[in-house]
Amino acid sequence: MQKNFTQLENFGHSLSAPAYLIQPRSAEEIYSAFQQAKKMGVTVTARGAGRSYNDAALSGGGIVLDMSAMNQILEWDPVTGQIRCESGVTLEQVWQHVEPSGWWPAVVSGTMKTTLGGCLAANIHGKNNFKMGPIGEHVVEFTAVLPTGAEVICTPKKNADLFYAMIGGYGMLGIFTSITMQMKRIYSGLLSVDAFPVRNLHEQLTALHDGAPKHDYIVGWLDTMTGGSSLGRGQIHAARYLHEGEDPNPQETMKLKNQILPPRIFGVFPKGMLHYFMRPFGNNLGWWGVNTAKYIASLRKHTFRQPHAAFHFLLDYVPNWELSYGRGGLIQYQSFLPKETAETAWMELLQLSIKNRLPSYLGVTKRHRPDNFLLTHAVDGFSLAMDFKVTDGNRAKLRSMLLDFDKIVLANRGRFYFAKNSETTSETALAFYGKETVDKFKKLKKRCDPNGLLESDLYRRIFG
Amino acid sequence: MSDLPKLAPATPLSPRRRGIIVGASEGIGAALARKLAKEGYALALVARQKDKLNALCVEINSSSNETRALSYVHDVSNYDEVPDLLRKIIADLGGLDTVVFMAGVNYPPGGADKYNFENDRKMIEVNLIGGMAWLTPVAEMFQNAKAGQIVGIGSVAGDRGRIGNPGYNTSKAGFATYLEALRNRLTRYGVNVLTVKPGFVKTEMLKAAQGATPFAISPEKAADDIYAAMRKRKQLIYTASLWRWIMLVIQHVPSVIFRRMSF
Repeated sequence: MQKNFTQLENFGHSLSAPAYLIQPRSAEEIYSAFQQAKKMGVTVTARGAGRSYNDAALSGGGIVLDMSAMNQILEWDPVTGQIRCESGVTLEQVWQHVEPSGWWPAVVSGTMKTTLGGCLAANIHGKNNFKMGPIGEHVVEFTAVLPTGAEVICTPKKNADLFYAMIGGYGMLGIFTSITMQMKRIYSGLLSVDAFPVRNLHEQLTALHDGAPKHDYIVGWLDTMTGGSSLGRGQIHAARYLHEGEDPNPQETMKLKNQILPPRIFGVFPKGMLHYFMRPFGNNLGWWGVNTAKYIASLRKHTFRQPHAAFHFLLDYVPNWELSYGRGGLIQYQSFLPKETAETAWMELLQLSIKNRLPSYLGVTKRHRPDNFLLTHAVDGFSLAMDFKVTDGNRAKLRSMLLDFDKIVLANRGRFYFAKNSETTSETALAFYGKETVDKFKKLKKRCDPNGLLESDLYRRIFG
Repeated sequence: MSDLPKLAPATPLSPRRRGIIVGASEGIGAALARKLAKEGYALALVARQKDKLNALCVEINSSSNETRALSYVHDVSNYDEVPDLLRKIIADLGGLDTVVFMAGVNYPPGGADKYNFENDRKMIEVNLIGGMAWLTPVAEMFQNAKAGQIVGIGSVAGDRGRIGNPGYNTSKAGFATYLEALRNRLTRYGVNVLTVKPGFVKTEMLKAAQGATPFAISPEKAADDIYAAMRKRKQLIYTASLWRWIMLVIQHVPSVIFRRMSF
């Protein structure tokens, strides 16, 4: 197999590392990459779409498996709603395959570009985590190749220990080859969305808490740049599926052409170019303007109908938006806190960020519930994701602030999610996972990967 | 997978530049190792002399309060070792941004009327072929990665063939030409190739030199000049910079005169 020494980046363009890139097309080729790694004395990491904000799909000086060539949808049953795919299939391929016949993936991320293998490795969640759990709860079965060469088939019953550890295991036990998932029935291509403003953090969290049971999806936008009595203000979008019969013409609304995001604004301006025009506003003043304007626009409470794709895949709305953050790129800091402590903890975080003049440019809140996966990031509470621009001038100061954030989150029994956080140390990871969990994971790792062949930069950072 | 002490992980907010210095145990190499470590580089130090190399690593790591330098014992004339060692180093460092080829030997024949092929051959084997053995795989990697920086040490001695040390002149002239060729190949891929031409530097090698050694500088001064040129991604520097003008004159001395000169 051909291997190319290539400089790879994370999604935020904030970290890069060179690796020997190999594009396997089958389980056999994955196994032969393991053998090659052993011969070369280097480690192996799988990379899906490279949409992690951190080092999860990077491995400096190691072999990186670009899984994008394993992109075949193998089986689809529109009667049961079960789909079997190779692990490099993207969410975009899946929803476009199933939606016209009245199904939708039970859990999707904020971008549709992610691969199923990557989604399972991080055990992603969507805006319906409080109701549907993470994506792993909708996996019927998967197969994976272990570094030993063994091919394992896992379901919630069969090889259950591996099922609950490999999903959310960041690709450190084995490489997914095929994945079978259960889709969710829909009766319209549209969702009914309620949008309304919240004036502060307390209102924001209360709205998420009380709004969740009445909806299928709920997500908050949080104005991270305004302090004082308006700290935590923002807007809630709560959506529900339309019931059978509510949409007079579901065949029409479920057509792909009515779902796909328009490539041009007002039918004229190509969105692929938009990030160039956003760049001059990618500073504190520009983003303050954006946040303030967004809040003012959100004051009108309204209900509207929106296609699924438009509601879910906000990150794809402006292609390459992450480039507007400039040369240093961006990072995301996401913390998960129990509902009892979230308000106090985030008050502290947001105040610290404003006080240090290191404002986050974008804040997003969600409602969560716990799940049964070994390396879970979920809590019965909420999450807050904050985007930060990285510059040569702010790195040291931002890092020290985020390490302070970590202490506050830990003290409030919070957790972290490793598709996102890039600065979390191994001590912090051990503290929130707990020694018992980490030991259990490492024991499984020893069993699946006795020679320690599977290692990403993320693994070395948090478990190394 | 290595038994070496671990480097702290690189993150977006604590990124790391990673460098290899071949020929790091003493002289300009050791001075540059100290300088780059102070600037936050993670370094792989490669040299023949195990004890000197280990002592330098210990010194650098204890003065920076974390692991910044890893040591690898290697003789650059063992060309076949290079690909495996290079791969191991890149994995240990977690990447690679800069490679400095500093290794060099100087065995003057001991007079303008003396000839010594064995010594000439050793100089070519270390200074020129050793450099090519390292920089060829590095150049290929950097070309593929479309990033990186190569620093090679030539010498003012490579600018003209003189009566004192034909073998050394040839090894350094050849290496400078090789670096120029790499530069012409790699600039289009975003890779910087810097040729450093030191004049006299107060090192062990200088002790072997015969005759006057004007404008001699300390290895630390040379290292500072090299680091400044690396940052500016320059193509060629003389250190001390005065040598640029001296060599400009010497390069233009007509052969008819140069043949009659005694230096």
